[in-house]
Amino acid sequence: MEAHRLVLSSSPHIRERITTRSIMLQVILALMPVTIYSVVIHGVHAFYVIFFSVVGALLGEYLVQVARRVQITLEDGSAFLTGLLLALTLPPHLPWWIALVGGLVATTLGKQVFGGLGHNIFNPALVGRAVVFVSWASHVAAGYVKSAEIGIASTSTHRLIEKAVDVANGASPLAAMKIVYDPSTSPLGPAGVPQGIQASTYYKPLLFANPWGCLGEVSAALLILGGLYLLAVRIIDWRIPVSYVGTVALLTAVIGRDPLFYVLAGGLLIGAIFMATDYVTSPLSRGGRIIYGVGLGLITWLMRFWSNNPEGVMFSILFMNGLTPIIDRYVFPHGYAKGGKKGRKSG
Amino acid sequence: MSSPLISVIERLGRRRITRGVHPPDRKELTAEKPIRKVPAPETVIIPLVQHVGAPCRPVVGKGDRVYMGTLIGDSDAYVSAPVHSSVSGTVVRIAPHPHPTGKEVESIFIENDGEEARDPGLRPLIWQEMEPADIVQAIRRSGIVGLGGAAFPTHVKLSPPKDYPIDTVIINGAECEPYLTSDYRIMVERAEEVVTGLMIIMKALGAKRGIIAIESNKPLAIGRISEVAHTYDLEVFTLPTRYPQGAEKVLISRVLGREVPSGGLPMHVGVVVNNVGTAQAIAYYFRTGLPLVRRVVTVTGSIVANPSNILVPLGTTFSEAIKSCGGLTAQASKVIMGGPMMGIAQYTLEVPVVKGTSGILVFSSGEVDYEIPRAPVCIRCGRCLAVCPMRLVPTQLAKGAFVGNLEELERLDVLDCMECGSCAYTCPTKNQLVQLIRLGKAELTAHKKQQEGKAETSQSS
Repeated sequence: MEAHRLVLSSSPHIRERITTRSIMLQVILALMPVTIYSVVIHGVHAFYVIFFSVVGALLGEYLVQVARRVQITLEDGSAFLTGLLLALTLPPHLPWWIALVGGLVATTLGKQVFGGLGHNIFNPALVGRAVVFVSWASHVAAGYVKSAEIGIASTSTHRLIEKAVDVANGASPLAAMKIVYDPSTSPLGPAGVPQGIQASTYYKPLLFANPWGCLGEVSAALLILGGLYLLAVRIIDWRIPVSYVGTVALLTAVIGRDPLFYVLAGGLLIGAIFMATDYVTSPLSRGGRIIYGVGLGLITWLMRFWSNNPEGVMFSILFMNGLTPIIDRYVFPHGYAKGGKKGRKSG
Repeated sequence: MSSPLISVIERLGRRRITRGVHPPDRKELTAEKPIRKVPAPETVIIPLVQHVGAPCRPVVGKGDRVYMGTLIGDSDAYVSAPVHSSVSGTVVRIAPHPHPTGKEVESIFIENDGEEARDPGLRPLIWQEMEPADIVQAIRRSGIVGLGGAAFPTHVKLSPPKDYPIDTVIINGAECEPYLTSDYRIMVERAEEVVTGLMIIMKALGAKRGIIAIESNKPLAIGRISEVAHTYDLEVFTLPTRYPQGAEKVLISRVLGREVPSGGLPMHVGVVVNNVGTAQAIAYYFRTGLPLVRRVVTVTGSIVANPSNILVPLGTTFSEAIKSCGGLTAQASKVIMGGPMMGIAQYTLEVPVVKGTSGILVFSSGEVDYEIPRAPVCIRCGRCLAVCPMRLVPTQLAKGAFVGNLEELERLDVLDCMECGSCAYTCPTKNQLVQLIRLGKAELTAHKKQQEGKAETSQSS
């Protein structure tokens, strides 16, 4: 009776609507507030960094895929997201060509050399950033700006912090606090450490308008907002950001420092919410994700307080990315009725 | 039930599986359509295998006169279920015919005389006066198998070894597959029979506790069943609406907080689970003496003119069943026996309705994802781990199956997979997860058998 043919396939015959592209678009959407706000705070320079970083990432992906003669997958949004994430971890006044090279490196060496989406070991955006920071350290240092230059130095809080940032001869509140807590490291000696500045002085600027740092650090509040959105639409698992941030806060409190400051300052929030939660480079299982987050927190804490660097988020994530395969090897859900409560056996 | 305190403690101790997925249920197409009896076609085609287990041999020959309920195929094997004629008429042919599971199966073609004459030998049975062993024997004679779709012979389920006493019988009214409403209609329209069926099963097993578990999206069924069940001191348990609540292991964990051990059966934790359709069929058989010769089938899909729940004689072809629901309004692109999550795609509509046919689902071309299998591309989002009710790692299992890594499959407990398909449903990169895992399971099982065979030959030599 049938003159036509019926489709045969193994069940299930229906699929959820979610796709890789829709996931990437949700993450990009979650990053939009902080992206737009970074341009508001830093002006057109920030836009150039974002633009060229994204172009670099897309170009890198495209060129390798053409060379490998595989399907071009720019439409899945993953390369765009990599470029955007990279830009948000760069200083606002970085020369445009460095952002472009960073983007290119991110998707080529960071991702495509491993075989493309799903196969890379390290977070591509952070691979790009690491290359940029190591290769052009002086450009990076010069890329940070003082709040005076961008016209929001009007409040007394900002003026006070500006002084500390100046004295620290560094760019970030984390660097400034290193001196406040340990005056002997100040380039001007203990006497040069500005008075009246405390970790709590920073809360408000870090949350709502922080010009001292990378693009993505302009507002902790907007990062948290993005994170809450991703949790609400179930794109990210709370276990990674919560265990990461929680570990940093706890260990910081243990050594008598202000945990809130160290959570809000630097790259911790953008790293914990948007970088460490990268699917490809983080563990699969829920248990593995907790271990991963705690490991991240521990390394960040060690680097922040016991290394010369004021910050340690990037290297923590890259390091734990490297451990992800081994975490996945040993930490996975052990099947049904195994290890857990056994079935009751009578007789 | 014991004291309320114990009940509260039991409730707290329950391990609740929150995994699984929540596909759109699409039950509105047929949920409010009462079960409609459709006449038998001119010829029924009754396969000699409609169950899990040994095939039956025909006990009638060409030209034989049969009645509705006449035994036409049986087997000496323990795990098997006899088949009966669903019409009165004449055997015209015994030949292989396409079967909904995809194979060709020896089938008995019976020309319907239209008289619906029941076999004169059929007698009602008074279960209250029967010994448990006799109840089980009667159920074997009735040809009843699991009507939820698995089609496992019911009498085997009701004969656990003495080492495993059964304390609880759960009647599965979850019907968690989207689209299907046959169980729902049975619960709404035949609540009395469902409950009677439960009591017969409990008597056969000597079980003290009887529970009917129904998903929360079926309040009418919960109400009807509760009315009847409570008069007999039986329990009704409301399940959350979440696929696959109806899977035996998930159901037992949810209702009783007991986990069936890996590789084990519900009886290992003192439980037997039967589908509501099975319970109703048992009650009907004892009341009338008529063996299992028809069942309720949900014929549904957006291009079915009049989606319905029909009571249809076994052996009616899918095309006739669809015709009795007004036919199709557009070209069918995919036809599934069962639900969309675990059902089997058909290559022809000439297959007959069998005991395990809970639904016939028709998709148009716009509703079918035409996927060409490819190497799995995993973005490692972990969604498949999060939804797997068996707490497995589907993405790694699929990769292991793809490359044929049997060690990895064994390490990750591939044989615990019950193939619910939640992983493939939720995968954002549309990997063929459960499909590959099925292959892996088959390969590992075959490999194990081979190893065992080798071990035996080396022992005997």
